[in-house]
Amino acid sequence: MYRRDVYIERIVLDMSVPFTLLGLLEREPSHGYDLKRDYDAFFGRGKPLPFGQVYATLGRLARDGKVVVGEAESGAGPDRKRYVITERGATEFETWLTEPVEAEPHLQTVLFTKVVLALLLDRDAGGYLDAQRAAHLRRMRELTEIKRSGGLVDALLADHGLFHLESDLRWIELTTARLDALAKEVRS
Amino acid sequence: MSGPLIKARGVALSFGRTPALQGADLAADAGEVLAVMGPSGSGKTTLLHCLAGILTPDSGEVHFAGRRVDTLGETERSALRRDRFGFVFQFGQLVPELTAEENVALPLLLAGTRRAAALKEAGAWFERLGLDGLERHRSGELSGGQAQRVALARGLVGRPEVLFADEPTGSLDSLTGEHVMDLLVGAARERGTTVIVVTHEPRVAAYADREVIVRDGKATPLTARAGS
Repeated sequence: MYRRDVYIERIVLDMSVPFTLLGLLEREPSHGYDLKRDYDAFFGRGKPLPFGQVYATLGRLARDGKVVVGEAESGAGPDRKRYVITERGATEFETWLTEPVEAEPHLQTVLFTKVVLALLLDRDAGGYLDAQRAAHLRRMRELTEIKRSGGLVDALLADHGLFHLESDLRWIELTTARLDALAKEVRS
Repeated sequence: MSGPLIKARGVALSFGRTPALQGADLAADAGEVLAVMGPSGSGKTTLLHCLAGILTPDSGEVHFAGRRVDTLGETERSALRRDRFGFVFQFGQLVPELTAEENVALPLLLAGTRRAAALKEAGAWFERLGLDGLERHRSGELSGGQAQRVALARGLVGRPEVLFADEPTGSLDSLTGEHVMDLLVGAARERGTTVIVVTHEPRVAAYADREVIVRDGKATPLTARAGS
């Protein structure tokens, strides 16, 4: 069953929390609490970033010279330290931001493996592809519903999932149309 | 629930020697949104036309609201299409000589509604579909998305029990297509209209409650009907 938090976790957290925090700091120096609040608002729906992870990540960024920690502000609690992005942090963030993410057709590899194995073993590859198509469409329905009922940021994320699932589906369709020829080739 | 509102059983139809449908089965409940998918030439549009009483199958049966459709004469089928079905096609197919408002009112006018009442009813759709101010435009003065929304209003204005949509977003870009599907499914759900939408686009099919796939003239359900 699709869950939004799972999707966010897979897609957004993979983008890397450190770079996301650097990006938020690129706007303006911030306290850890503010970073967490903004992170959760933009990226954390259904899966807030734990405070521990915020401070551990900021600690590593400070260690690596990508942020500096300001003096604790007087009269404030433990959270009143302000974090500022460094030149190095800004440069790395800029590079990361403009770099295309590696196209990783992991799912496609699994689908491919299952189809080839099914054909090799004379199993029902078409039945498997239909089941996969139904599963893809089910998830697309869930994402479409999120788009219909949510805001634009939800739609942005849902669209990412929808387009990827759609491209898998096109591959499934083409493979289904080629199954007989594929079976001959695989078994020859 | 007393069974599906519309169904095809063992429907076969050939064009000359070319078989288009070879024993297709399909059923949709009242208020259900059903996507009919399949590769080009698989027979999905032919199946839609048989369900809608546009084509008569060579064999098999089509039922609507407990009544055989395939055995009706042309006059009765025509009345059925006019009074109880609505249609949206890939290219809006608006009448170019008529204004957008008259196009929407057309099914009502054909059903005998007085012109003033029909235009009033049609006019109510313009605000709803974001077409305010375009009532007097002719189809040549509308963008693709606007024309398709006018076509959608025309398909729904007669409060049909079944709306047949054949690639309703096929000529539109992604964003416009999405908007049209949003409106189509939203309006249909509000009224409890059954929708049978033929599409080869998974993103359009994702608006439906379930899908059937047509291959080589036969329809296979990909997902079970609710409660079955």
